[in-house]
Amino acid sequence: MDEQQFDIEVEGLSKHFGDLKAVNNISFQVPKGEIFGFLGPNGAGKSTTIRMLCTLARPTSGSAKVAGYDIVTQPDEVRRNIGLVAEKLILYDRLTAMENLWFFGRMNHMRKEDIKTRGEEWLKKLGMWEWRDKLGGTFSTGMKQRVNIARALLTEPSVMFLDEPTLGLDPQTTRAIRQFIKEMAESGITVVLTTHEMAEAEALCDRISIIDHGNIVALDTDANLKKILSGDEGVVLDVEVEGMTDATTTACSGLDCVKAVAEPEAGRLRVTATGQGAIRQVIETLESEGGIVKRANTLEPSLEDVFLHLTGTEIRDEISSSVPSSGGPHASAKKRIR
Amino acid sequence: MKRFIRFFGDSGQVTKKDLKDFYRDRARIVSFIIMPLFMMIMVGFVFPSQSSLKDVPIGILNQDNGAVSTQVVNALTNLKVQDSTKKVMIVKPVQNEAAIKELIQKQELSGAIVIPAGFSNGLLKDHEQQKVTVVTDQSNPQISSILTAMLGQVFDQMGKQMSTLAIKSTIGTQLSNSTVTALVTPMVVETKGLVAGKPNYFQFVAPGVIAMVTMMAVMMGLAGSIAREKEQGTMDGILVAPVSRFSIIMGKTGAQTVRGLLQGSIVLLLAMTLFHVKVYGNFLIMLLVVILGIFSFVGLGILVSAAVEEQETAMTIMMTVTFPMLFLSGAFFPVQQMPGFMQAISKCIPLTYEVQALRQVVVLGAGLSEVLRPVLILLGFGVVTLAISVPAFKRVIAT
Repeated sequence: MDEQQFDIEVEGLSKHFGDLKAVNNISFQVPKGEIFGFLGPNGAGKSTTIRMLCTLARPTSGSAKVAGYDIVTQPDEVRRNIGLVAEKLILYDRLTAMENLWFFGRMNHMRKEDIKTRGEEWLKKLGMWEWRDKLGGTFSTGMKQRVNIARALLTEPSVMFLDEPTLGLDPQTTRAIRQFIKEMAESGITVVLTTHEMAEAEALCDRISIIDHGNIVALDTDANLKKILSGDEGVVLDVEVEGMTDATTTACSGLDCVKAVAEPEAGRLRVTATGQGAIRQVIETLESEGGIVKRANTLEPSLEDVFLHLTGTEIRDEISSSVPSSGGPHASAKKRIR
Repeated sequence: MKRFIRFFGDSGQVTKKDLKDFYRDRARIVSFIIMPLFMMIMVGFVFPSQSSLKDVPIGILNQDNGAVSTQVVNALTNLKVQDSTKKVMIVKPVQNEAAIKELIQKQELSGAIVIPAGFSNGLLKDHEQQKVTVVTDQSNPQISSILTAMLGQVFDQMGKQMSTLAIKSTIGTQLSNSTVTALVTPMVVETKGLVAGKPNYFQFVAPGVIAMVTMMAVMMGLAGSIAREKEQGTMDGILVAPVSRFSIIMGKTGAQTVRGLLQGSIVLLLAMTLFHVKVYGNFLIMLLVVILGIFSFVGLGILVSAAVEEQETAMTIMMTVTFPMLFLSGAFFPVQQMPGFMQAISKCIPLTYEVQALRQVVVLGAGLSEVLRPVLILLGFGVVTLAISVPAFKRVIAT
């Protein structure tokens, strides 16, 4: 692929906060018009990467270009070409929807006529035009997010960063926003999306990067990522067990061939395992601990299975938030529990 | 030139947005007006002075009951507050010294006067010096010292009247009235100020309150506003716009300056209408001093804003920084009364120079040449703190 066709080029990018390597020497490229997904547990380095690419955080080392401009040496050019929908809403409660767009449009040196026409266009597309003169504080979370997206799109960016854009939204708004993200990409905007929703990543992203402990552990299409499990003689087993106890689950989790165990409902286990004879080992272990396996089916691995396979099942507890919202010296540290 | 215009354009947008945001926050608007009003009333009415002392409960243990002691009790009972019909004291007769102690302990009396037995006879017949005891309430040293001074003046005045009468009744027949007065009071002091009118504590303190209110508005407002935007996430929206970080700071400072000046104007208006404070100097020089005062605080405000992420932390730090400044700057108490080390610290605080210059302009009618030194110091403070804080803000914001 020709270099010119990439909207994002990242080379050995790192961000350290003291001893903590929030992002550790990552490299990837995103071609124009692609929806590129970032998946990762809390504190994995997704938001830090986005903040660096948006020029909100300075990399410790490495380089990156966004829309053809270097994030360190040409920050203003980068800013002119990007839109950001951050984890926190960028919306003033005491300004109306239109005043919000007006302010950010002027801060981006847009002409008054352009703010007016594009503001109207986006608010209409996002179903917020009739609320244009209402204060931001009176909106529901979904309405706020729609105005927030209109704000980010106002400058007609070539690259759009969306950090968990559907977090906390109702299913209707989530669906509408996902549809809108697809339309953005179809219109030629490159989209970088972080999410915890596997279904969202599967439905939207052309390629998905799984990031953990600051490292990219996998980067491919959804279909190819799923092959990580099958190609590695991996299997996803749906087992119905009678007389299941904590001991049976623990014993199953303790097997070397088992990568992840989930309990979608009482008496059922979803086991991700790899290696020859894995199915037999799982069933024997469950029965040796007093469980009676009534039914066992192999399933197609889902993205979540791949995600858990690569990042593990341990819960991540962050002591410090991933990255300061607008800078600030952070002596970050992270604690992990099993 | 284009960059220069764009810089001010960007700052202007931030200022406009912040003021609109402020204008629509009713709770903040109410506290914005109430704070200076409250400060003025507190400072004007709560700080006791000789002229503001009224209805103070005083016990009198009159063990004499002679002509002179009765005259003293009557004089104290009828003592009026300056330029008022209100009485200074509510005089309550007390039976014995134990009762005085008990009533002061119960806070029913603020002090007491003991006139010993034989007081009148001693003065009129034996011509011997007599002693009156003033018992004070040590739990309230300020009221006690004012009361002691006032009673001292009353007894001094009465003593002089008695001396005049005594001299006249003995050798005074050969002397003129003025000679008798000169014998009793050989020296008098005449106080004359630089400007007309009586010295007034409020005239002294009003410039301090104006400086304090503008400083609080700017420092707390700036740090609070930036921290709030960081906390809410809206600061990211501004920072991903292609505008200089300095123009963002200046825009925020612009909004806080307008607020500070409005609050300062409210204080001045209240001082002039409620407390008859008169501005003897030029209003434009006053405005210049206030603006330079704001300029000198901005750097510190920016530094704190850069360092903290949360509004609450910003407010706590600002309170810690501003509170000692209020007392050390001479806004309420003269710097000259402070111990040496405190005077040295006060010289390092820009508020000291703002208060000093404002006081010179407001109270003494000083012109620009007289306040040039504090004005230049304020300018210097502003330049130095901005030179430190702006790069620090830029560096931290890009971390």
